[in-house]
Amino acid sequence: MILAYALLAGFVFGIGLLVSGLADPAKVLAFLDLAGNWDPSLLFVMGGALLVAAPAFAYIARRGRTLDGAPLHLPARGRIDRRLVLGSLVFGAGWGLAGYCPGPAVVSLAWGGLKPLLFVAAMVAGMALFALLEKRS
Amino acid sequence: MQIDFAHFTPWTSLAGGLLIGAGIALFALLAGRIAGISGIVGGLLRPSRGETGWRIAFLAGLVGAPLAYALFLPLPSVRIEAGVPALIAAGLLVGVGTRYGSGCTSGHGICGLSRRSPRSIAATAAFMATGFVTVWLLRHVLGAA
Repeated sequence: MILAYALLAGFVFGIGLLVSGLADPAKVLAFLDLAGNWDPSLLFVMGGALLVAAPAFAYIARRGRTLDGAPLHLPARGRIDRRLVLGSLVFGAGWGLAGYCPGPAVVSLAWGGLKPLLFVAAMVAGMALFALLEKRS
Repeated sequence: MQIDFAHFTPWTSLAGGLLIGAGIALFALLAGRIAGISGIVGGLLRPSRGETGWRIAFLAGLVGAPLAYALFLPLPSVRIEAGVPALIAAGLLVGVGTRYGSGCTSGHGICGLSRRSPRSIAATAAFMATGFVTVWLLRHVLGAA
């Protein structure tokens, strides 16, 4: 059943990315360009998403199970550490460099041509590098 | 600060955001999991039993969305200003950074903020900050937009 749930959730998420305008890196860069001709649209994407997602998380947290009664797999609440902050700072630099974060990059693989493919290949290589370094330490 | 009203799309962006939130909410309610794209992709690189199929299904849904969308509406344009070297560098930074930071715009920015996770609030502040600074440096300091 989880396969069907994941497929459905990914599909709805993907349609949302297309409707929101986030699949276009130029639109994302226009949001990140505070000092230029600023396009605040991304704030509305974020706000809309939080409006729906927050009550859902609050509900399952109270319930302690999924709607089916299966156990939850939510990340534990940990400390704010160096890895979290440094990793996120590095991610933001990459995000600002091309205007792509992982979701929009994966969705635009379907029709965006060679450039999204290059970005995703480099992203997966970066993730593989991380996995390799983690294994070693 | 000057707002680009010509390209500002509050309503479609809000609608898209509601849908993204709906995808995340469905996954939380039905699967009890965080729909964080970097975690879903990154987890495939260290496969463990029962943790691979749903990741592939989620990504198939994500990539399938534009194929279904195109049946009814024209797909949005994908305008990538970055050249090939910058695009590869950006991909590497996003890949390494999201894994060290345990999440991206979806996992921290939407799921984590929804749960009021202090870690995700810190992560979101961090990646937004370097996102703004990077674009400012590229466009207004180095002038290499």
